Amino acid sequence: MKLSRRKFIKANAVAATALAAGISLPEAAALAQEEDQNIRWDKAPCRFCGTGCSVLVGTKDGRVVATQGDPDAPVNRGLNCIKGYFLSKIMYGKDRLKTPLLRKKNGKYDKEGDFTPVSWDEALDTMAVKFKEALKKKGPTSVGMFGSGQWTVFEGYTASKLMKAGLRTNNLDPNARHCMASAVAGFMRTFGSDEPMGCYDDLEYADGFVLWGSNMAEMHPILWSRLTDRRLTASHVKVAVLSTFENRNFELADLGIIFKPQTDLVILNYIANYIIENKAVNTDFVGKHVRFKKGNTDIGYGLRPEDEREKKAVNASKAGGSVDITFDEYKKFVAEYTLDKAHEMTGVSKEQLVDLAKMYADPKRKIVSYWTMGFNQHSRGTWANNLVYNIHLLTGKISEPGNGPFSLTGQPSACGTAREVGTFAHRLPADLVVMNEAHRDFAEQVWKLPKGTIVGKPGYHAVLQNRMLKDGKLNAYWVMCNNNVQAAPNLNEETLPGYRNPENFIVVSDPYPTVTAMAADLILPTAMWVEKEGAYGNAERRSQFWRQQVDAPGEAKTDIWQMMEFSKRFKVEEVWPAELIAQKPEYRGKTLYDILYANGQVNKYPTQKIVDGAGNEYKNTEMAHFGFYVHKGLYEEYRIFGLKGPKKGHELGNFDDYHKSRGLRWPVIDGKETLWRYREGYDPHVAKGSEVQFYGNKDNKAHIFALPYEPPAESPDIEYNLWLCTGRVLEHWHSGSMTQRVPELYRAVPHAVLFMHPDDAQERGLRRGMAVKIASRRGEVTASVETRGRNKMPRGMVFLPWFDARRLANKLILDATCPISKETDFKKCAVKVERA
Amino acid sequence: MKWLILRRTSQMMILGFFLLGPLAGIWWISGSLSGSLTLKILPLTDPVVFLQTIFAGHRPAATALTGAVFVIIFYWLVGGRVFCSWVCPVNIIADCAAWLREKIGIRGVLFFSNSSRYWLLAMVCGLALAFQSAVWEMINPVTIFSRGIIFGLSGAVVVGASLFFFDLLFGKRGWCQICPTGAFYSLLGYLSPLKMIASGREQCDQCLSCYKVCPEPQVLHDPLKVKESSPVIRSGQCTNCGRCIDVCPQAVFKFGNRFSK
Amino acid sequence: MSGVSEQAKTIKERSRRQFLADGAKAACGAALLGVAAGFGASQAGASPQVFVRPPGAGLDRDFLASCLRCGQCVRACPHDALNMAGLFSRTATGTPYFQPRKVACEMCEDLPCVKACPSGALDPGLTDVTKARMGLAVLIDQETCLNYLGLRCGVCYRSCPQIDKALTLDAQHNKRSGKHTLFLPKVHSEHCTGCGKCERSCVLETSAIKVLPRTLAKGELGHHYRLGWEEKARKGESLVPEMLDLPDRMPEFVQPSLPEVKP
Repeated sequence: MKLSRRKFIKANAVAATALAAGISLPEAAALAQEEDQNIRWDKAPCRFCGTGCSVLVGTKDGRVVATQGDPDAPVNRGLNCIKGYFLSKIMYGKDRLKTPLLRKKNGKYDKEGDFTPVSWDEALDTMAVKFKEALKKKGPTSVGMFGSGQWTVFEGYTASKLMKAGLRTNNLDPNARHCMASAVAGFMRTFGSDEPMGCYDDLEYADGFVLWGSNMAEMHPILWSRLTDRRLTASHVKVAVLSTFENRNFELADLGIIFKPQTDLVILNYIANYIIENKAVNTDFVGKHVRFKKGNTDIGYGLRPEDEREKKAVNASKAGGSVDITFDEYKKFVAEYTLDKAHEMTGVSKEQLVDLAKMYADPKRKIVSYWTMGFNQHSRGTWANNLVYNIHLLTGKISEPGNGPFSLTGQPSACGTAREVGTFAHRLPADLVVMNEAHRDFAEQVWKLPKGTIVGKPGYHAVLQNRMLKDGKLNAYWVMCNNNVQAAPNLNEETLPGYRNPENFIVVSDPYPTVTAMAADLILPTAMWVEKEGAYGNAERRSQFWRQQVDAPGEAKTDIWQMMEFSKRFKVEEVWPAELIAQKPEYRGKTLYDILYANGQVNKYPTQKIVDGAGNEYKNTEMAHFGFYVHKGLYEEYRIFGLKGPKKGHELGNFDDYHKSRGLRWPVIDGKETLWRYREGYDPHVAKGSEVQFYGNKDNKAHIFALPYEPPAESPDIEYNLWLCTGRVLEHWHSGSMTQRVPELYRAVPHAVLFMHPDDAQERGLRRGMAVKIASRRGEVTASVETRGRNKMPRGMVFLPWFDARRLANKLILDATCPISKETDFKKCAVKVERA
Repeated sequence: MKWLILRRTSQMMILGFFLLGPLAGIWWISGSLSGSLTLKILPLTDPVVFLQTIFAGHRPAATALTGAVFVIIFYWLVGGRVFCSWVCPVNIIADCAAWLREKIGIRGVLFFSNSSRYWLLAMVCGLALAFQSAVWEMINPVTIFSRGIIFGLSGAVVVGASLFFFDLLFGKRGWCQICPTGAFYSLLGYLSPLKMIASGREQCDQCLSCYKVCPEPQVLHDPLKVKESSPVIRSGQCTNCGRCIDVCPQAVFKFGNRFSK
Repeated sequence: MSGVSEQAKTIKERSRRQFLADGAKAACGAALLGVAAGFGASQAGASPQVFVRPPGAGLDRDFLASCLRCGQCVRACPHDALNMAGLFSRTATGTPYFQPRKVACEMCEDLPCVKACPSGALDPGLTDVTKARMGLAVLIDQETCLNYLGLRCGVCYRSCPQIDKALTLDAQHNKRSGKHTLFLPKVHSEHCTGCGKCERSCVLETSAIKVLPRTLAKGELGHHYRLGWEEKARKGESLVPEMLDLPDRMPEFVQPSLPEVKP
């Protein structure tokens, strides 16, 4: 379909005139429509949150010129949030990185040098030298990588192999650690298998929704649109919202509850107590499918061991431990969470507490609990997750349409990549863990590795990586597809010192010069989104694939290209001990690339034409470069873990089916998706007649945990007299590295402002719009005060979004984590606010 | 040249003070010649604009009223049209155009009756009354020009150029002859104590230098030429510019008070 | 043109007649000029206002009567939102205005612009900025408004300093998608200050929501009609209390209930 030259000129002339006049002429619109015929449309998932909206990407002349919501996509039905609306602009920021940049002085690498453009060979060679140096000096624990829940499935898998098998280090962790590690730990602890049992269809089946620390209205806009629709079209549906401040959810809430930070643990236990006291326990369900356990308490805050709070904590080293108890013991345990006590500790009115408990207790009301960072970024995040499962398990409201606990994810592939592929410091693909020898054996077998290649000790998790960088124990470090300097807590004390530690070599792969990239020693320009073939897995276990639509600009390369080219620079003798190689003498003299990727499995599929249903042909940069269908090879090898691995229930479908479908929800068995796991009829793994089987655990039972309230790591005092919570706004996504580069979104919300109660402001002599200094024990930032607007703060609490690179909100945050999940508590620390 | 230099300095300094704020961030004076606040305490209001708002039916606020009273008292004391010659930036244009006219020898063309400016002032008030709006301010070149300079608006260039060419081609100091703002100050000037005096008129050698430079030469005739009349230039139309002092070789003129003999 | 004397002679004494003639000419000239200016003024008044005035400006008619055109409010604006109208502006030259699409009013709580105004053109009685009525936001184009299309934009809503009062989202079922909600922005004139944050932040190429003069934007309900539900809410009970309502005859043991809507 070619546009004639004359028409082309005419169209452009009209468009230019219309543009100059600042108007859109009908004629220009008509011609534009004609132009539209030359746009090639293909599907892709949205680049932003974990909702997984599907879009159609319009490409013309090698450039993404338009997008549209896919009208047939089950998640979003053609709709997008305002970030998704601007997808076509995220790749075209003016400061897109196009060439590798190495810090150099006098023509040589120098930690204190200036960023200088270098060739890819020089970049990767320098990097390899630095990684080898570290390996030689201190062994595999001195190298590491920080990955991403925005990595595609293929990228995460490539990284997992490179680090865990190739370089034999488990120091691989994703930024998802900051995001949903507590949900992971909670699911694993209670069900023995990660990820929600339900799916988004619950939104249309439930009679009640409880949002625990999830600002769904802003952070999962399309899902909120569905939830609202359910509330609108069925008058009996009730929505309860729990938060530490009044966010946009409260607009819809029938029950809007503001509680004192950390006391969600009390409310959760109170509800369990209410259910037991009011005989609302589903005794049949509990008897058949549930076991009771008491978790260790006084588990510390994941701070450095020399911190007083850690020294005092009795069970800091055994945070995840537990003992079996009986139902009666559990009943006794929660009995102390009376209405009076709950009211007193949480500051929530008794009426609201009872109303909420009744929603769960009512056997006729199908109920879904949603949560995001309020639960997960919590110094007792794993507990909070466990406690909400308790409620669903006590009432049997789980694993069926409209009933279940559901953790929403903030990243497009937190589930698909970080969790399922296992890019955490302790995980392997498909729910396997490095601590388990059988799991390691299986992985080594699939990967054709000598026994003992994979190390059995978990590597450094996100926060620990930064600490180890600072302490000089982690020396060669690759950050890919995230902006951790802006995201991580306690920048001044724990992040930047490690990046700038003269002993360390830091590599950052990113499309844009983010704060993290600027703190690195080597920046690698990276392809993003549809500049490569990819796959994401959203929060409802839906895996969505896309084809490469356009080329990356300049010298920018895909993550897979970078990792695989990097692996070519390591001879196996340089990284593996002789006794390992002795097991596989055929690997002698080979490179990691040969062993990991050209292993007969990953390179099994030769180059082929990639064609869509309409006959359009697509490029695949990696395939062209490496000479085989890299993505298919990686996928098919990865798929073995789900099909044959020791943990059941992770079956994925055929590679080509994903390219043809609008995403499939795993386990995909016999050509069917699974919408509700663990329940007979819905999940093929559940034996006939058993009704429910939580087959992640060996006894097919889920665990109810007795866990108490414990105070946060840091609370306001006389000097630092306010709670600080950091978070997001709808308009910007995470660190803003993409959305702040879209002019319209920048204009919509240019700066992060400090949301504050008007009386708190007045008390400090502050007026709306005034510049203030927000200081914690760890640093300070300035922002202007907002006493109106979208978030209405209670007294004593302030909220600061962290998307704004000019005011790095998270530097104020204490690097306290949930000791089990190692996820940072970004939702509460103590600050003071004064006039700047 | 002394008085001319002093006047130019005065005109420039006043504009300069207004521009200190926007250009250097030193806010000694905020606003414009239409209304200003000096050192955060002294309000000043252009009485003609103020008059229009009254005629337009607005009940003025105390600040504006105080400002207008200050201005009226001040110009009553120093001679009404001192505004025209010592403050108004249009004066610079008028003087330039007049100088160039002289230089390239453009004569006459238009001559406005002395009473025009008063009619115009009446019209300005009448318009405000009729339309209940400060209509004249939509085209008043005096305020548009000064505001334009202070606020950096392109209108200043257009109005400045128009005034210049109007004065150059159609009449010597054409605008100043009809300006209603000047008219107001001229009425005020009739009562002013500070006056120009042709005290040395006996020494006058009829060189006509003063007539050539005087922006309102009609005010000179009686005090200078008519023995019977007082040597005090009583006319409010005199701008107290002091140019006659500068040019008179016989030192005929001096500043004095209206009761001088 | 103004009074012109064609005989530029040096006259020692003007005759009374000459004086009168000159005077008449001058008067006619002034009157002509006045008519022209007045015509211009009425034209300017008739054309729709494209600019928004600072807080406390009231109706434009009154504002043009009282504004000194001194620019002190412009200087006082800490956010450089206020501009001074130039000679070629579509509003009266010298008067203050702002264009929300470029810089919106930040609604300073201490109202520096109002405090700076010497003439009272910006009403000194305005001390609470939320009471300012600079204009009224109007969702002018429902066809392009992303929220009307079902997308989750709502940028205008969340940027509104009077969120949930001046601007609310009216939730309606999205019939096309079948399971989503249309969040329709609705402006409430009772609370809208006309600050223009919504117009400024609209992500469209041309804003779908715009601040208009209230006189242009606001409809007026017939004075003969009352809104029943509002009257009832105000009184707290029906305006005609203690009415009789007989029970409906139903077969025994049947509890009528509203049918539940299934997805």
